[in-house]
Amino acid sequence: MEEPKIGVFICHCGTNIAGTVDIDEVREFAAGLPGVVSARDYKFTCSEPGQLQIKEDVKNLGLNRVVVAACSPRMHEITFRKAVAEVGLNPYLLQIANIREQDSWVHKNGSTEKAKALIRAAVQRANLLESLERREVPVTPSVLVVGGGIAGIQAALNIANANHKVYLVEREPSIGGRMIQLDKTFPTLDCSSCILTPKMAAVGSHPNIELMTYSEVEDVSGYIGNFKVKVRKKPRYVDSELCTGCGICIEKCPWKTDSEFDMGLGKRKAVYTPFPQAVPNVPVIDPDVCVYFEKGTCRACEKFCPPGAIAWDQKEETVELEVGAIIVATGYDLLDPSPLTQYGYKRLDNVITSLEFERMCSATGPTGGELVLKDGSAPQSVAIIHCVGSRDKNYCEYCSRVCCMYALKYSHLIGEKTDADVYQLYIDMRCYGKGFEEFYKRLSDEGVNFVRGKVAQVTDQVAGEEEQGKLVVVTEDTLLGRMLRIPVDMVILCPAMVARADADEVARRFLINRGADGFFLERHPKLEPVATASDGVFVVGCAQGPKDIPDTVAQASAGAAEALSLIDRGTVEIEAATAVVDEEMCSGCKICLALCPYNAITFDEEKKLANVNDILCKGCGVCVAACPSAAITGRHFTDKQIFAEIDGLLADVKPPLVAV
Amino acid sequence: MVRQIINPYKEAVDIVKEMGGEALRLCYQCGLCTGACPWNVLKSFPVRKLMHEAQLGLLDFEAEDMWACVTCGNCVQQCPRGVEIIDVMRAMRRTIVALGVGPVPDSLRVTMKNLAGTGNPWGEPTEKRADWAQGLNVKPFSNGAQMLYFPCCTTAYDASVSRIGKATATVLQKVGASFGILGSKEACCGESARKAGDEELFQRLVQENTAAFAESGASTMVVSSPHCYYTFMNEYPIAQNGLQVLHSTQYLAGLLREGKLKFSKEVKKRVAYHDPCYLGRHSGVYDEPREVLSSIPGVELIELPNNRENSICCGGGGGNVWMETKPGERLAEVRAEQALDVGADVLALACPYCMLMFEGCLTQDVLDRLELRDITELVAEAM
Repeated sequence: MEEPKIGVFICHCGTNIAGTVDIDEVREFAAGLPGVVSARDYKFTCSEPGQLQIKEDVKNLGLNRVVVAACSPRMHEITFRKAVAEVGLNPYLLQIANIREQDSWVHKNGSTEKAKALIRAAVQRANLLESLERREVPVTPSVLVVGGGIAGIQAALNIANANHKVYLVEREPSIGGRMIQLDKTFPTLDCSSCILTPKMAAVGSHPNIELMTYSEVEDVSGYIGNFKVKVRKKPRYVDSELCTGCGICIEKCPWKTDSEFDMGLGKRKAVYTPFPQAVPNVPVIDPDVCVYFEKGTCRACEKFCPPGAIAWDQKEETVELEVGAIIVATGYDLLDPSPLTQYGYKRLDNVITSLEFERMCSATGPTGGELVLKDGSAPQSVAIIHCVGSRDKNYCEYCSRVCCMYALKYSHLIGEKTDADVYQLYIDMRCYGKGFEEFYKRLSDEGVNFVRGKVAQVTDQVAGEEEQGKLVVVTEDTLLGRMLRIPVDMVILCPAMVARADADEVARRFLINRGADGFFLERHPKLEPVATASDGVFVVGCAQGPKDIPDTVAQASAGAAEALSLIDRGTVEIEAATAVVDEEMCSGCKICLALCPYNAITFDEEKKLANVNDILCKGCGVCVAACPSAAITGRHFTDKQIFAEIDGLLADVKPPLVAV
Repeated sequence: MVRQIINPYKEAVDIVKEMGGEALRLCYQCGLCTGACPWNVLKSFPVRKLMHEAQLGLLDFEAEDMWACVTCGNCVQQCPRGVEIIDVMRAMRRTIVALGVGPVPDSLRVTMKNLAGTGNPWGEPTEKRADWAQGLNVKPFSNGAQMLYFPCCTTAYDASVSRIGKATATVLQKVGASFGILGSKEACCGESARKAGDEELFQRLVQENTAAFAESGASTMVVSSPHCYYTFMNEYPIAQNGLQVLHSTQYLAGLLREGKLKFSKEVKKRVAYHDPCYLGRHSGVYDEPREVLSSIPGVELIELPNNRENSICCGGGGGNVWMETKPGERLAEVRAEQALDVGADVLALACPYCMLMFEGCLTQDVLDRLELRDITELVAEAM
């Protein structure tokens, strides 16, 4: 190996590092380390002139290793790798010493000493770094979108309109998601289905979109640019090719069950489309409700279907797709408020959730758009309780972001449909978006009673004549500093938006992470808001966290743009820091095979040896650590490199660490 | 008058802030605590406002509100930000007692003085502590005994509450348990003293009792009061000393499961159970009392509208048992009304303070219709 000529570049990061670390002292220390031929500092090493400093030293001093002491490699390793590559140095000959996140930001005392130790560790490691070559592989120019709500619809249309193939997979019989369940949308009061159905129709007829409803992604393998996806298509028992969507089967079917789409407030048939504007307009037969599957009788639908589209013998099928990128847009669930017993949901009549209210308001809903109590009469007074489970450490600590606004919208809708008095029971009104504050003002003008306080109880235990037959909302009005009992006819709960019940399974399937709040985790909250820990997999909409429709649409388009920029490039670079098996040492024990989270290791039965697929391997190092024969090496993280680093870090600590 | 954020008792306010800790800073003034507080059914007690005053250092240490909290825990259990409201209330009282920045209610002051002098709230002579057991052949605890029975001061000294101790002793004898009492060697657990802000006294009682327990060599202790139970379990170095503490209902439920609790008589009553705050919400013991009650032949166990974690305090917690409760401000009355509404003949209790409060607050008319019985009494009757 050539004699190491190391350059050390120390970044001030403004005062982020220089505020606590004595840069001059650290620079002089670095200059004296073995192998270091130059040590410099700069205010912002990541800036154009900062990078230029590195490039010039590589050229003029013939540096063959570069150590940058700055922020976390998660932040700028790519930046500096590019910089050194531009002047002909292999990017794997760069080493970062993180003296910001792991030093200046977290220590009040001793940060200068720690910076020295971190730099010594980096220099010792840099001595042993080796060049690695990255490979380029071709990309499959199509995208899988999972979830057919507004987020999935928007992303699919963006990509399809750019002339790329999209597979849109939706679990339900129709696309439309949560948005199609809503009546009006804040703050403009547009009819939700009026603005969504044109987009749904566009998806249904788009030549570049292959719509797979009543289907679920079962398995994902492969890697960025080249995913293999298995999709399970549930049998509809209706032939989509033959069905004309006339709806006669639905009309004739005698079997009913609670409608999921109407949140159980209305009924649907055993053969059904969830709602009239469904896309595709092809019904499904629910085998759990249809009597044919139990007793082999009835067949009313079959008898009356004009084109003979009923297909009892349809079977579940699995389709395999190849895509270059994946967009996860699986949406959210609403928190079930029944465990919050103080609000009486499911125990007291006329305590309903926001989504139930939306369905009730909808002209196609179970009441035909009438706002009615259980007994069929119109409410004289309605209380809307905000933050049910949101902003509450006992349930969901986060703010659900949309409830204040839709609660205001409800005031308006209630006013349109009834003469009821409306009480908004809020903790803080959060009306931060475009047109939101104006809407708040408008509703204040329309005459809404705002009571600031978190409701303690909704009860039917009355305390006086005027409370007879009413639901009583008990709360402190914190602005008055007085307890209030508000007798009302109807209570609308605004439950927290929560991650889907099966989010854990979905996360595992797509190899993405979940945050503490349960939602899918973006790679960076500001700068990579739709990327995930899994390259080539993007997450958009409420699957990533609570958000309103405008934010969801914007994020969906962002996801589409990311996916497009990936598949349009045609090729993708594969990480070179992968694991490699030493054939001489491998005993063929197969321990590594089961442990690899990326299924990158195969077993060569002929040679009785383990084999790592360079393209699938992400270089996580699990097999390296597990191999009992020490036959697997992690490139760029060899034992020697790591021990040199530890040794450098602990050089001042006695007794010195002995590598074994 | 416009008030400035300057307090003459800065030191006192700082202590409150420190004891309320980080959690006090988290309060976002939603008012759920006020709404959850049982007092607000009967009178105004602005819990939220006190939290904000504590945050800003604007506490009025002379206000009556300083002493109202019954420490029932209903607000703490639901607080969306996890504020330890009871700790803040305790801190306010502690600063008043330690620094004299406000008045201590007379009755409470006398109680604390008695506690300091005699180890019981009435100032009764220590020698009389075992008098409740006279004629029952209850032995002083000796090393050979299986368990130590700790009756609580109220059980030991109060003429009408002592029946809890008598019933417990009777049940223990009937199941053949070998047990003994410490008598004059024990003192109040100190829970009331701590909640009333007398931390110094509390710490002294902890030391005295801990020494007495250690000297006795007991490994199991059965207690009648949930207040003793909670305090021993959470605020005494009991676990480190290898002493197992059981509330009487837990002990009885254990016997039941082992088939050792046998009944020979019926108690034909409709029984409603009142969850004591310190057994239920504070200690999470909800099932054992119900298990024991429903095993008694003839007992029809019915639930009050507010049960288990939603139970309403009798009004005696947080030192309130030693203070005057004005007519019309008695939570025990609310609770008795609930029991009568669901058609109960008996209100089953599991706490000496509850017994004292209900007996003291209910009118004869109500007491004629609603019997107050400790669970151990019902068990003893059926054996």
